[in-house]
Amino acid sequence: MKPPAFLYHDPRSIDEAVALLARLDNARLLAGGQSLMPMLNMRYVLPDHIIDLNRIEALAGVRQIGETLRIGAMTRQRDIAEHPLVRSRLPLMVEALGHVGHRQTRNRGTIGGSLCHLDPAAELVAVAANLDATIEIVGPKGARLLPMAEFALGFMTPAIAPDEMVAAVNLPLPAARHGYAFLEMARRHGDFAIVAVAVVLTLDPAGRIATCAITLGGAAAVPRRMAEAETMLRGAAPDALLFGRAAATARAVDALEDAQVPGWYRRQVAETLIERALATAHRRAVAANGMAS
Amino acid sequence: MSDGGCASRSIAVTVNGSVCRAEAPVRLTLSDFLRQTLHLTGTHLGCEHGVCGACTVLVDGRAMRSCLMLAVQADGHQVTTIEGLAAPDGSLHPLQAAFCRHHGLQCGFCTPGLLTTLVEFLKDCPDPTAAEIREAISGNICRCTGYDSIVAATIEAARALRGDGTTP
Repeated sequence: MKPPAFLYHDPRSIDEAVALLARLDNARLLAGGQSLMPMLNMRYVLPDHIIDLNRIEALAGVRQIGETLRIGAMTRQRDIAEHPLVRSRLPLMVEALGHVGHRQTRNRGTIGGSLCHLDPAAELVAVAANLDATIEIVGPKGARLLPMAEFALGFMTPAIAPDEMVAAVNLPLPAARHGYAFLEMARRHGDFAIVAVAVVLTLDPAGRIATCAITLGGAAAVPRRMAEAETMLRGAAPDALLFGRAAATARAVDALEDAQVPGWYRRQVAETLIERALATAHRRAVAANGMAS
Repeated sequence: MSDGGCASRSIAVTVNGSVCRAEAPVRLTLSDFLRQTLHLTGTHLGCEHGVCGACTVLVDGRAMRSCLMLAVQADGHQVTTIEGLAAPDGSLHPLQAAFCRHHGLQCGFCTPGLLTTLVEFLKDCPDPTAAEIREAISGNICRCTGYDSIVAATIEAARALRGDGTTP
């Protein structure tokens, strides 16, 4: 249970890190280390080089650019949850972060690390998918932007080349008056989600649903946007029956199966959580708009 | 800096207020650095893959799992271990005293991690509910107490730290 031998590099700038990535064979980037360090300790990975990103100050921080929140890849989960801009404009993120690991792992874990590890059950991955995030990737040829839907290529596989790294994530902010909910089912607090659901919705002046995004985490290899349910809800007058019908689309999800959790169980949990999340998000949207419910 | 990389490095870590300088192999975890290089064996190692919480220490005041950090990453930072909680005259930290009174430990293996986690938690949340305490220690596994006595001790310690003066 000790890390294997490797050579250690701790660059101070993004350029330096990219140059190291280009030059070194079999190198791994070390972000918060809350997934890579266990993998090293258990020797699931045997890198020749570790490039530690923790001393690159330019990779951390939260700022608003127009109606987008740009979060640096090395921003700690704890710092995101406590950031005033995130708390005021993106409460979905705060609610989701409450489910991410534990106090000790959120103190060190980063958003970039979570996105690149791309665990199917990771809350931040589901949030990024739900908000149609754009991932900022840097490499030897410069920077490029990739929509989250293309970034999440497959099971734990981000669409980044071996000589590239994630520099930041850009999250389009929902309208100031919106409703949101992040719900998850896990066997113990902080465990991997069996299923997680993220919902953001807005209402038109008549109280009908104007926009709606629903994402399942943990259910499939990559975050699953519930496009059929979203279409069903857009423009409709919200009520419990409609939420139930929208949630029932989860029955068609090709859900992950594992030794503990069969696919049919995940679909059932997903349906229940979507229904609850829609009701909660709607209640919050009504309150945010000062409407009578 | 970005040279050919190194296999070992001279580091300086402030541990419980004293600067400790040592040569550390880069693959040495912070937990092994504390236990084997500095002989601070109060930090316990349970699972060594970030599940049990026994090795939790404070790095720059924040609770972190020392088995999931390299010693070289602590270079230039402040680390507080269980050995740094009591006052220099040996009088216990209010959390330690409350753990004693409420039987918040039996075998004691998880205790260093619980105490360091709770020291940080009570700074952030000085008047917690029992449910908030249970969530705060969700990353610390105790197989003896059933947690009730730990929660009771934490509530009492919080009161003492707030200076309510109502501790027995």
